[in-house]
Amino acid sequence: MSVTAARVEPSVAGAGDYIELMKPRVMSLVVFTALVGLVVAPGHVHPVIALTALLCIATGAGAAGALNMWYDADIDARMTRTAGRPIPRGQVTPGEAAGFGMTLAAFSIVTLGLMVNWLAAAMLAFTILFYIVIYTMWLKRLTPQNIVIGGAAGALPPMIGWAAATGGLAIEPTVLFLIIFFWTPPHFWALSLYRAEDYARAGIPMLPVIAGDRETRRQILLYTLILAPLGTVPWLLGYAGAAYGLVALAAGAVMIALALRLRAEQQGHAASKQLFAFSILYLFLLFAMLLVDRMSGGLSSLVAA
Amino acid sequence: MTVTSVTMIEMQKPEQGIRLSERQLRARHNRSVAIALALAAFVVVIFLVTIVKLGGNVLTRPM
Repeated sequence: MSVTAARVEPSVAGAGDYIELMKPRVMSLVVFTALVGLVVAPGHVHPVIALTALLCIATGAGAAGALNMWYDADIDARMTRTAGRPIPRGQVTPGEAAGFGMTLAAFSIVTLGLMVNWLAAAMLAFTILFYIVIYTMWLKRLTPQNIVIGGAAGALPPMIGWAAATGGLAIEPTVLFLIIFFWTPPHFWALSLYRAEDYARAGIPMLPVIAGDRETRRQILLYTLILAPLGTVPWLLGYAGAAYGLVALAAGAVMIALALRLRAEQQGHAASKQLFAFSILYLFLLFAMLLVDRMSGGLSSLVAA
Repeated sequence: MTVTSVTMIEMQKPEQGIRLSERQLRARHNRSVAIALALAAFVVVIFLVTIVKLGGNVLTRPM
């Protein structure tokens, strides 16, 4: 019996390729929403502990990104949007990406547990596992509901931030979870409407590929009709001020108007591109307003004292 | 065979193993610097968290 070892060329990947594996844009959204969860939580967290928690959450998100790119390398290579990623480009081997992702995941979870608390660490572990096993390995290639269920992973960071600050969970971070959860389908389906060919070529059963444009537009509207009132709940529950309420109402109205326009659109993709772009602004506005609200509340109590 | 002749043979042998290209060497250097920076940042984080968690108790220990 002879054993022939496969000849592996020494890597030409630089640090930039590994940073790209961590999906920095997704990571920035994760860090931002986790920061809001951490800041709106009651009580005081030492800035060093807060920063450590955010660093761990960011690293965990990067780990999930790298593991996703490892598993999805075959379909990434077939899609225009993702063909330039480090693995399809040949800069990083799938094995290197998997090793990198698993190392980061282990480090981020253990560090968060030891330095902050184990509830936040367990939630980070669950988020990474959910994103990789439930979304990437199972649902993504199986059902058009992939991003609906898989969206839970992207919605968890504010709850992790809250858990890092308080060591527990409550209704407030759950509302933030629900806002991101119901925001995900309109956001991704708007994108998939004008990338449907790309998804079809890669064999990913996104809703426009399976059910067609018309049904996708209808479902985008349905989810937006749930999202817009849900966005005002932090104000209605009293943990965000009137400024937040006004922004949530106005931005929610714009989301509904854009979803209605998308529903009425017969040809072209102008409305879907607009909704996709505005959905990013919508989520940013809501979470930024929560942050501003909390900061200004903190400032006014300082001034009053 | 004397020690000198062994050394001569060693010197004449072509170099064994993988020879990295200029690009591979540059990439490895780049990765090494990134790992060093990440490690340094990790050490700083652990140090700061330790100080924050222990506070003044860092000097309190049974003698």
